[in-house]
Amino acid sequence: MTPAELVPVPYTWVLALSAVLFAIGVVGVLLRRNGIAIFLSLEIMLNSANLAFAAFAYRFAAGHATAGAALDGQIFIFFVIAVAAAEAAVGLALFIVFHRLKDSIDVDRANILRW
Amino acid sequence: MVTYVFLAAAALAVIFAVLTVVPRDPMINVLSLVVLFFSMAAIFAILGMDFLAAIQVIVYSGAILVLFLFVIMLLNIREVEAFGSGRRWQALVGTLVAAGIGAMILVIAGLLLPEQGSVLPGVADIGTAVPIGKALVSTHLFAFEFITLLLVASIVGAVYLGKGEDR
Repeated sequence: MTPAELVPVPYTWVLALSAVLFAIGVVGVLLRRNGIAIFLSLEIMLNSANLAFAAFAYRFAAGHATAGAALDGQIFIFFVIAVAAAEAAVGLALFIVFHRLKDSIDVDRANILRW
Repeated sequence: MVTYVFLAAAALAVIFAVLTVVPRDPMINVLSLVVLFFSMAAIFAILGMDFLAAIQVIVYSGAILVLFLFVIMLLNIREVEAFGSGRRWQALVGTLVAAGIGAMILVIAGLLLPEQGSVLPGVADIGTAVPIGKALVSTHLFAFEFITLLLVASIVGAVYLGKGEDR
């Protein structure tokens, strides 16, 4: 991609999209009782955070700070994706165990520790 | 042109985020999330982050969501609750909190609105694999190695959890 082809997209648009996606993820986590759906909403929230990182990396690539700042933002997104992969593996294993115990993935049935 | 592609990708992302959260069928949820991740990859590509766009498709859509599909099919999940079928106050508080967070971030974004970002000549190739790979094995070597440790630990944990009672 040559720089001439890069028509500026205001980075605040990307931030706004990130905010909307995060809000949708919060709604999912708070309103769903299905464990898998809650997990998927968590993934949406992680991705909206990634989008915010991308927005600021894009903004700092615009010669405002050093080029290293833009690179650091992208590397942080890389790490977030790696952590999300690890989290998905462990979380889904937990849901398999939960399903084995309760024969359901309704998170309201995880009530052993509830007083 | 790029602006319209961005707007289309953003609209797709919001629509399929809603489709990830609302429908009852977990299969529809996961497949909508795949489309959401593809549109996010498109946005990364628009911002000049080619490497991240590729990683987003390969790791997220390719690996993580296949894991989700695998678990849904393995557990044969069918009957799940409708969206917001919990307690009334829960739905109310949830919607209010989400709207508050969204409004808060939008206000913060609005405070920064006057400036416009663009990629200047000379740093446009900053999103390719070469500078990111170099930074990963030099500046961020410790974090990179630590991520490998985290992945190994999570694999061991997942195997231990999934193995069942007769350990």
